[in-house]
Amino acid sequence: MKTFIQTFNARFGADMAGPVVAFIAVMVIFGLAADNFLSMATFGSVAFQLPELGLLTLAMLLPLLTGGINLSITFAANLSGLAAAWVLQSHGGVDASAGVFALACVAALVTGGAAGALTGVAIAYTRAHPILVTLSMMIFLRGLGEFLTRGGDVSGFPDYVAPIGHGSLFGLPIPLLIFIVCVAVWHVLLTRSKLGFGLLMIGSNMEAADYSGLNTRKIVVLVYTLSGIMCAIAGIIMLARFNSVRVGHGESYLLITVLAAFLGGINPFGGFGRVLPVFVALIVLQLLSSGLNLMGANQHLATALWGVLMIVVMAARTIVSKFRIFTGKKV
Amino acid sequence: MRRLVSSHTTEFALLAVMVLLCIGLSFGTDRFLTVSNAFDVLNVSAVNIIFAVGLLVVLISGGIDISFAVAASVVQYVTVLALSALGGGNWAEGFIIAGLVGIGLGSINAFLIYRLQIISIVATISTFNIFFGLLMFFTKGVSIYNLPDWLSNRVVFYEREMADGSWVELTLPVVVMILCCIATWFMMSRTTIGRKLYAFGDNPEGARRFGINIGAMHVISFGWLGLMAGIAGLMQAHYAQEVVPNALYGRELDVLAATVLGGARLGGGKGSVLGCVLGVLLVSITQNGLNLMGVSPFAFKMIVGAIILVAITLSSARFDRLLPNAMKASARKRSQRP
Amino acid sequence: MSAEPLLSLKNIKVTFGGVRALKGVSFEVNAGEVHCLAGENGCGKSTLIKVITGVYKPEEGAEIVFDGKPVSAMTPTLAQSLGIQVIWQDLALFGEMSVAENIGFQLAVTGTYGMVDKHAIDEAAEKALARLGVRLDIHKPLKELPIAQRQIVAIARALVGEARLVFMDEPTASLTQSEADYLIEIVRNLSASGVAVVFVSHRLAEVLEISHRITILRDGSLVGVYPVEGMTQSRVTELMTGRNFDSAVIASDHDEAPVVLSVRNLTRHGEFRNVSFDLRRGETLGITGLLGAGRTELALTLFGMHRPHEGEILLEGQKVDFASNRDAIRAGVAYLSEDRLSLGLNQPQSIADNLVMASLDRILSHGLISPAKKRDVVSHWISALGVKIGTPDDPIRTLSGGNQQRVAIAKWLAISPKILILDAPTVGVDVGARAGIFEIVRKLAAEGLSIIIISDEPPEVYFNADRVIHMVEGRLEAVYDPRHTSLSELESAVYA
Repeated sequence: MKTFIQTFNARFGADMAGPVVAFIAVMVIFGLAADNFLSMATFGSVAFQLPELGLLTLAMLLPLLTGGINLSITFAANLSGLAAAWVLQSHGGVDASAGVFALACVAALVTGGAAGALTGVAIAYTRAHPILVTLSMMIFLRGLGEFLTRGGDVSGFPDYVAPIGHGSLFGLPIPLLIFIVCVAVWHVLLTRSKLGFGLLMIGSNMEAADYSGLNTRKIVVLVYTLSGIMCAIAGIIMLARFNSVRVGHGESYLLITVLAAFLGGINPFGGFGRVLPVFVALIVLQLLSSGLNLMGANQHLATALWGVLMIVVMAARTIVSKFRIFTGKKV
Repeated sequence: MRRLVSSHTTEFALLAVMVLLCIGLSFGTDRFLTVSNAFDVLNVSAVNIIFAVGLLVVLISGGIDISFAVAASVVQYVTVLALSALGGGNWAEGFIIAGLVGIGLGSINAFLIYRLQIISIVATISTFNIFFGLLMFFTKGVSIYNLPDWLSNRVVFYEREMADGSWVELTLPVVVMILCCIATWFMMSRTTIGRKLYAFGDNPEGARRFGINIGAMHVISFGWLGLMAGIAGLMQAHYAQEVVPNALYGRELDVLAATVLGGARLGGGKGSVLGCVLGVLLVSITQNGLNLMGVSPFAFKMIVGAIILVAITLSSARFDRLLPNAMKASARKRSQRP
Repeated sequence: MSAEPLLSLKNIKVTFGGVRALKGVSFEVNAGEVHCLAGENGCGKSTLIKVITGVYKPEEGAEIVFDGKPVSAMTPTLAQSLGIQVIWQDLALFGEMSVAENIGFQLAVTGTYGMVDKHAIDEAAEKALARLGVRLDIHKPLKELPIAQRQIVAIARALVGEARLVFMDEPTASLTQSEADYLIEIVRNLSASGVAVVFVSHRLAEVLEISHRITILRDGSLVGVYPVEGMTQSRVTELMTGRNFDSAVIASDHDEAPVVLSVRNLTRHGEFRNVSFDLRRGETLGITGLLGAGRTELALTLFGMHRPHEGEILLEGQKVDFASNRDAIRAGVAYLSEDRLSLGLNQPQSIADNLVMASLDRILSHGLISPAKKRDVVSHWISALGVKIGTPDDPIRTLSGGNQQRVAIAKWLAISPKILILDAPTVGVDVGARAGIFEIVRKLAAEGLSIIIISDEPPEVYFNADRVIHMVEGRLEAVYDPRHTSLSELESAVYA
């Protein structure tokens, strides 16, 4: 058993243990409790629901790793979606060409990136607490979005947009493919790029990173900009899935993304964490909600159980680390 | 006086901004600067201020809580169901049940944070999901409209018709809000418990070495917020004359922003009831003024957001740096004089 | 002084996770005595203090006697009620509270009926400060006081607790000389009024100046208790480490070597002014002076963290104007911070990541960090500097001070610097491990690196540099050649 744990930790990293145990537990419990759980239908529903929450979690991830947080992600996604919708509507609406759609995507990415960059600049140059800056940014973006839409929906997009939310390619849902590409990009960014290295370093000690010659302000601005761009991708997927944009859509995901990240072993104080355990944690959360759905319960019970799962995982970490101190081993 | 200003910079800065804002708004619309409008602002802000002074105690002791607003929704529901089980109930029973349920929910947070050593933001995001998920699951999102009469009837302590025909009303939520503010102020600045909470938030390790009971500090701060959330929940049900399970969803972040605007520091050790009240009022006055000026409600949310963004960013760059230099220099000289 | 000791401990044993931290130590303090507790990091000093204050429980067989009465189980509350007070190194004060609230904190948390009596607190604070002979504005927030005054607040707080025995953990570590002198005066007053003071300090000179007796610990065991009369610094060092250190001047001429760094009339208002010197290839320059002399500020300016107001910096004859420390690093200037815990190293992160933090550009391939190159760089420097580690992925905080410092040096060597500035390189490094650090420095200089060593301990620069600059209040006071100056001349100049 001990050697198994050591091999597991060596291969996948110690932070993978929590999500994997949770994954196995969920598969076993629902596999036994609901006979139609282990089926393509479950896979399908998970595969289509995962990307929205997943992309927003990726947007939350980088700020969390720097020891910050980005509370404006959902409204940044809405606003980016609005930018895309505006471009589509002003260039033909349902008849807009593919070129216009490309332009719309660029508009969304620029909007998300700009919102993120503004947040990043405010945090980097005033050293205000990221919770406060992004919280007020959230309130501002929500207000701006509601002002622009007057609280209503924006809809009426070309037909070819829908497959981005609903279609499949090689038997895999397109949104899932987009999400997996983003996970891969984030993984490479964190493990191999200078920015990834730097953002982890400033996560555990900003000043020490500064003294070692890392450009901490630039890193913070880039982190929030990338977070905003990821929000924009989520916004485009949401636009395609619902064939409309409404400010407030996905709002309930905000705190779930934080939960998914912590469940995936992200250090709450920043500086440590990887993408893959978070990916597994996201799958666990979706499986939990799909499983409950199959058994006739609604999303709200799943939300409550997500919270319980989080507490169980965090408490288990506390107990394990206490046990290790007790037996004199270094964590 | 100078010492008072330099030790309460945030409060004075807020007050100054508020006065300027009021002057501006009173030129913008003649309906703003009236007694009845002032009471309107108070009536509208009462629930948020009760939440805010509760949250203040948690922030001062170095924690943060995301779950209090949905906890208040749980309290509303449980209280109304319990009251109807009791056959109607009355105000005393209402307050006792709401308070106890609130304290209970707060204690759950304290337990998670102290016993299981989960940091407060993670623990309360979890309980936020648990409280809200279970509430929506069990209620199926159904609202309660037939509240007991005593709860839904307006309680007015003082009313008077003004010369211009408008009404001035001092209602129950405002009175309760004032009592909550006084109680919180008294606890934080006049009792040993308050000193311990400040100390614990300021320097937890120092407080621990001094023999302060850390577990008790968690229970008191989160219990107090729970109590305030319970009372606020009851007042909100009274004010809205209905219980809607997701009515308070999302309120937590607005209250947090207003409280921090009022000078409470994330990380603990700093904050005052006065600043906290001013923070909430500043947001309410802005909304009220823009509303009276006929600005679209969709636009004024954006404007309020922008104001909070600028204010919080500036206040992190420290309000006291914006004080006139002469005042700072003379304050320094005074304190150095033997 | 009474014949009976105020506090006496016998046979104190403490074990953590199988490691003996204290192996049967005895300790005695007399009333009104100033007693020094000395030993290297990890010798058990702080464990002993925590046993005395009831934070840790000693094993079976321990004996604690206070004021003639045996104490069966010490707890923090009991220790306080007996009048045992500790002034921790971090002071454990409350920054947002006023001076009075800090001093009278005991009263603020034990008021009658749970009420706070502000007048009683103010009165107690005034009284405690008066007893120390100090005047402070008691309504000022603590965070606005300089560190030396906070120290006084901490002592005053101990007095409010009716202190009979005060432990001071490294009280002078962050004080300038005149502040430290002031503190020593206060300790003398305390002692004269009958309060026993146990001083834990690594500044041996001041320990010898004020203590009556010294208890020395090594590896969790008692080495002995000695009166200060006839004690010398080198004898104390020898007892603490169990080794004998011979020092010799290593200074030599570098007049033939090319000038690498020229500083001309460098000034930053309020920090230093008109500083000029040259540094040649392979030369080691020492900078000493008291805390507040502008040494670190000068170093940070050379490192590009601050911009000079006047004067210029020439690197190999070229005038440079660094906009940030990144420019300085690119130009080959490296700076080892005096504050290894929060600035010099990123303590929670791994040894490997700390080592490559400044030289990321050298381990890239196709724009991405190459794990193979990173591994090679790390293993190269670990073996080149003889760092003792488990694996490179361990957090750097698990290493001893000496090994951490080696990694910090390696981090800068990895950028192939022209100039290496070492600011207080032996802070928090055991006496025994210091020699190893300077051995590395000497080797680097021999390889042609130009080095600046900054230290507030004159012997450190005297024995390890070719020339020594003495700074006073931001001025370059004098330049000494260790071959033509004695150590005591340098020391008397610094401490004058």
